Amino acid sequence: MAANNPLVRAQRLPFINARSIEVVTKSWSYLFLLGLVVYFSLVGTGFFSVRNFSSILTTSTLIMLMSIGQTYVIITAGIDLSVGWTVGLASVTTARVMRDLAAGGNDIAFAMLMGTMAGLLVALIPGLVNGVLVARIRVPPFIATLGMFGIVRGAAFLLTDGQQVVRGLSAELREALRMIGNGSLLYYIPEDGFHWFALPPDLPPQQLRLVSQLLPYPVIITALVAVVFAFILARTKFGRHTYVIGGSEEAARRSGINVDRHLIIIYIICGFTAGIAGVLHLFRFTAGAPQAGEAALLSSVAAVVIGGTNLFGGEGDIMGAVVGSLIIAVLQTGLVILNIDSIWQFIVVGVVIIIAVLVNQLQAALERLQTNV
Amino acid sequence: MLTARGVSKHFGGLTAVDEVDFDVYPGEVVALLGDNGAGKSTLIKCISGVYRPEQGQVFFNGVDITHQPPADVRNRGIETIYQDLALAENLDVGANVFLGKEKTRRLMGVIPVTDDNYMRQEASGALDELDIHIPSLRQKLVNLSGGQRQAVAIARAMYWNAQLVIMDEPTAALGVPEQRKVLALIRSLREQDIPVILISHTMHDVMAVADRMVVMRRGRVVANIQRAEATEELIVRHIVGSVENGENAVMI
Ligand SMILES: Nc1ncnc2c1ncn2[C@@H]1O[C@H](COP(=O)(O)OP(=O)(O)OP(=O)(O)O)[C@@H](O)[C@H]1O
Ligand SMILES: [Mg+2]
Repeated sequence: MAANNPLVRAQRLPFINARSIEVVTKSWSYLFLLGLVVYFSLVGTGFFSVRNFSSILTTSTLIMLMSIGQTYVIITAGIDLSVGWTVGLASVTTARVMRDLAAGGNDIAFAMLMGTMAGLLVALIPGLVNGVLVARIRVPPFIATLGMFGIVRGAAFLLTDGQQVVRGLSAELREALRMIGNGSLLYYIPEDGFHWFALPPDLPPQQLRLVSQLLPYPVIITALVAVVFAFILARTKFGRHTYVIGGSEEAARRSGINVDRHLIIIYIICGFTAGIAGVLHLFRFTAGAPQAGEAALLSSVAAVVIGGTNLFGGEGDIMGAVVGSLIIAVLQTGLVILNIDSIWQFIVVGVVIIIAVLVNQLQAALERLQTNV
Repeated sequence: MLTARGVSKHFGGLTAVDEVDFDVYPGEVVALLGDNGAGKSTLIKCISGVYRPEQGQVFFNGVDITHQPPADVRNRGIETIYQDLALAENLDVGANVFLGKEKTRRLMGVIPVTDDNYMRQEASGALDELDIHIPSLRQKLVNLSGGQRQAVAIARAMYWNAQLVIMDEPTAALGVPEQRKVLALIRSLREQDIPVILISHTMHDVMAVADRMVVMRRGRVVANIQRAEATEELIVRHIVGSVENGENAVMI
C-alpha cells in the first residue's frame, strides 16, 4: 500500500530528500514573488522600471511594518487585530503634536521630532494593554485585541475632533514632512546621473517626470526595522524564547522563561512597528488619518501567513513576512498596470493565502514521512 | 535534603494534594507510588515551582523554596522530568536541552546571540551518555519518536548537574534497553550521592532501584516503606488501599 502512495515513492527518489523538500516549501513564496515580477514585467507596460519598483517598495512599507510585529505575535500562537487602528492612532497623534507645536512657534525640526516620539509612544499603549490582557488575565488574543480594535479606533477618531483627518499642518511643516516621507537618499535622472539627498533645484518638468528614486527614505527605514527585528527573532535569546512559547507555553513556563513578561513585550513590539507605520504614513501624506492602517490589517496578517508563519504558533520568520508583503504589493500594482479591476486583488490575495497554508501542510506531511519511513 | 511539610494543593473543589509531608535524604532513591490521580505529579509540581501550594512549605538544603518560580528552583539544583515532558516540539534537540538556559556568545564582541552549534554539540554529548541515538540533531522534536523525545527530556535533566532529580514516569515510552539504561542512570546518580524522586507504575523497576517507597492515595501519603521491608504485594495493597492501619508500614 505504501508503495502506491506517491509521497512515499517520491521520497525514494534521490533528489527529493528532506533537505530539498524543505528548500522548496520554504522558498516557494520567494519563487512565487519572482514569478509575479517576471509575469507582470512581460505583460504589463511600465511595470519593469526602477521607478515602478521603487514605488512598489514604498507602497509595501505600510503592510510590511505591521507584519513584522505581527510575526512575533503569531509565532506565540496569538494574533493582534488592533494594529490597523494603532497605525491610525499614531498618525493622528503625530499630526496633532507637530501641528500644535509648530503653530506654537516652535522650531519645525523640534516639532517633528516631538510628534514622532509622541506617535511612537502612543502606539505602545494598546500593545501594553493587549499584552497584559493576554498574558496576565488570560483573555484569548483574538478577543482581547478585537476589544482593543474598537477602543483604539474610537480613540483615533476622537483625536481628529470629528473630522475625517487631522489637517491644518502649516505649508512649511508639510514640505518638511514630504522631504522625508516622499524623499529618497539617492535619485537617478536619465541622461544626467545620480544625486544624493535631493534633486537639483529648478529641474525642468519633463525631466522631473523621469526621475527614479533609488533609495526612498520610507523603504530604508522599513528595511532597518526589518533587519533589526529579524535579527532579534532569529539570533537572540529573546527570539528563541518567542519560539519556545509558541511551541509550548507550558514548557516555556516550566523551563523558567518569564512567559507573561515576554508576551507583554511582544504585543508592545507589535504596537511599536504599527506606530512606525503610522508615523511614516503621516510623513508621506501630511495629514493625520485615523483609518490609515484599516485596510492594511488583514493584508499584513495575510503577508505573515503567505511568508510561511504558522497561525498555530511556533514557526515563522521576518523574511517570510517581508516577502509576503512584497507579494501583496506587487499584486496590487501589477493588477492596476494591467488595467484589471482592483477588486480582483482581493480574490488573488485570498487564493495565495490558501496556497500558502496548503504548502505549509504539505511540508509538515512530507517531513513526517521522511522521518517515519 | 528536601523537606515538604503540610503541602496542600486544590483544584477547585478537588484536593489533589492533602497536607503531605515528604522528605528526601542525600543519596537515596525515593519511589513515589500511587494510583492514577493519586496526586503524585501534582506534588512534584508543587516542589518544582510549577504550582504554588495553598498550604505548607518546601525546603531544599534548608532554604524555603515554597513559592519560588520554576527558574529559581532549577537554579537551586532541582531538575524535573515531567510526565508530559514539557518540551518545545517545534525546536531541535539542542534548543530543548538548553530550554530557558540558552547558551549565548557575543557577536563581534558585543551583541549576545544564541550559540546554536555549541548547544547542539552539548546536547549530542548528553544523549550519547544515555546511549540514545538521534539521526539528526537539527531535526525538530515533532519528527522524533515518543521514546526519543523522552530521552531528550532525560538528557536535559541530566545535563545541568542537578543536586536532586525528579522523574515523573521517565520510562513510560522507552524500549526495554533504554529502560535499563535509565535504571542504570538512576543508580549512578545515587552513587554520586544525588537523590532521585522516581514516579513509576512499573513495580519491577521500583523494586530494582528504590531505597524507599512512599505511597500516595487520594492526595495523602499513606505509607512510607524501606526497601528492606518492601514486597511487591505489600506495596500494591497500600496503593489500592487494602491496608487500613498499615501495620507493616513505617510512618515518619
Ligand atoms: N491542572 C489541573 N487542573 C485540575 N485538576 C487537576 C490538574 N492537575 C491534576 N488534577 C487532578 O488532581 C488529581 C491528581 O492528579 P495527578 O496528576 O497529580 O495524579 P497522578 O498521581 O500523577 O496520576 P498519574 O499516575 O495518572 O499520572 C487528579 O484527580 C487530577 O484530575
Ligand atoms: Mg502523574
